[in-house]
Amino acid sequence: MAILDLANPTRFLSLAQRLLPWVSVACVAAFVAGLYLTFFVAPDDYQQGATVKIMYLHVPAAWLSMLCYSTMALSALGTLIWKHPLADVSAKAAAPIGAAFTFVSLITGSLWGKPMWGTYWVWDARLTSVLVLFIMYLGLIALWRTIEDPIRAGKAAAVLTLVGAINLPIIKFSVDWWNTLHQPASVIRMDGPTIHASILWPLSVMALAFTLLFLVMHLMAMRNEILRRRVRTLQLHAASARHGVATPQAAE
Amino acid sequence: MSGWVWALFLRELRLSVRVGGGALIGVLFFLAVITVIPFGVGPDLNLLALIGPAVLWIGALLATLLGLDRLFQADRDDGSLDLMLMAGRPLELLVLVKCAAHWLGTGLPLVIAAPVLSIFLNLEPLAVGAVTLTLLAGTPALTLIGAIGAALTVSLRRGGLLLAVLVIPFSIPVLIFGVSAAGAVTREPAPFLTPFLFLCALSLIALVVGPVASALALRFSSD
Repeated sequence: MAILDLANPTRFLSLAQRLLPWVSVACVAAFVAGLYLTFFVAPDDYQQGATVKIMYLHVPAAWLSMLCYSTMALSALGTLIWKHPLADVSAKAAAPIGAAFTFVSLITGSLWGKPMWGTYWVWDARLTSVLVLFIMYLGLIALWRTIEDPIRAGKAAAVLTLVGAINLPIIKFSVDWWNTLHQPASVIRMDGPTIHASILWPLSVMALAFTLLFLVMHLMAMRNEILRRRVRTLQLHAASARHGVATPQAAE
Repeated sequence: MSGWVWALFLRELRLSVRVGGGALIGVLFFLAVITVIPFGVGPDLNLLALIGPAVLWIGALLATLLGLDRLFQADRDDGSLDLMLMAGRPLELLVLVKCAAHWLGTGLPLVIAAPVLSIFLNLEPLAVGAVTLTLLAGTPALTLIGAIGAALTVSLRRGGLLLAVLVIPFSIPVLIFGVSAAGAVTREPAPFLTPFLFLCALSLIALVVGPVASALALRFSSD
C-alpha cells in the first residue's frame, strides 16, 4: 500500500484498526520476554549489583526519545513538502510520547546515578543534551496548544521541528565540548558492540519491546487525533449552522 | 534591488530608536540583570570576576529574548507585515534586513554596554575585551535564531513567554562557545581561538537557517 493511499484518514483508521491488535499482542509478548530476560537471565554486574537492571529500561527509553524525534522530523517534511494530511497528525501524536520516553530516560538515569555517582543529577554532557531535548519536546507541545487552528499549528510546529533537527547535532556537539563524564557509546559503534552477549540480548529485546510500544501508542494517538479533529469540525459546522453563517473551513 | 533593502533597513532602524520603539530598553534590562547578580551571589569581587563572562552572556541572552517579540509583532498589528508579504520581494532577504536592523537597534547596544558593565563584575582588561568580542560575534546569532521563534509566535496574542521557551534550547550552543571563549583568556590552558571560531561558525549557520525558517513560518502564519 503506497503512503499516499493513507492520505485518506478513513482508510488510515481502518488500517490502524486492523493493525492495532497484532501490534499490541507483539508488544506485550516482547515485554514479557524482555522483562524475563532482564530479571532472570541477565547477570548482575560485579560492581553495580542489581542496579544494572535499570539500564534495560534506561537505554531503550533514550533510544526511543531520539526515534520519536526522527519520526516527528520526517512527518514535518511530509507536512511541508507533500502537504500530507496525516503528517501533522503523526507529528502531533508523537510529541507527547517522545516527551514521555525522554522523561523516563531522565528519571531512570538519575535513579541509577544516585547509587553509582552519589547524586541524582550531574551536569554531564549526555544528561544535559537529553534535558535540552526534553525542553524542546515541551516547547513543541506548547506551540501546538497555543495555536487554535490545527492546520496552522501543524505547519508552525513542522518548521520548529525541522530547525530542531538541524540544531540537535549542534547542541549535542557543543554540550560534549562543554563537559563530558558519561561513558562513551558502547553499543552502536563502528567496530561492533563492546558489551557482552548476555547483556546485549535482553537489551535488544527490550529495545524491540519499547519500539513496539511506541508503535502502538503512536497509532492510538493518531487515531484519537483524527477523531478529535472530526469532532472539532462537526462542532464548527454545528456552530455555524446555528448562527447561519458560512462554514469556516472545509471538513477534513 | 538595493533600493528597497536600504529603505526597509532605514525604516526599521528609525522605528526601533524613536518613541515607542524600545530599542534601548534592552540595555536597561541588561543593566538591571547585572545589578541583581551580586545580590544573588554576594559581593565577593573574586567570585564575580570568575563568573563575570557567564553573567554578561546570560544577561545579553535574556535582553535579546525580551526584545524579540517586537521583531514582527508590531508590523503584524498595523498590517505592514501583510504588505511586505504581498510585495513579491524575497521574504528571506526581507527577514534578514529586518534582523540586521533589529540587531543594530538592540544587539549592538548590548555589546557596547558590556565593557561598562564588566567594571561592576571586576573583570580584567583582557577579559573585558574577550567578552565584548564574543558578544559582538555571538549576538547576531541570538537575534537570527530568535527571529524563528518570533515568526512562529507572531500570530499569538501573548507569544513572548512561549518565544523564550522555544528559542532558549537553540541558543545553548551559542552560549556554550561564547562563554568558553570569553572565559578562556582568564583560565590559562584553555584556548580562546577555537571556541571563538566555533561561535563565528554558529553565527554563520544562523545567518542561513534563521531567515529561511522565519520566512517559511511567516508565510504559513499569513495563509
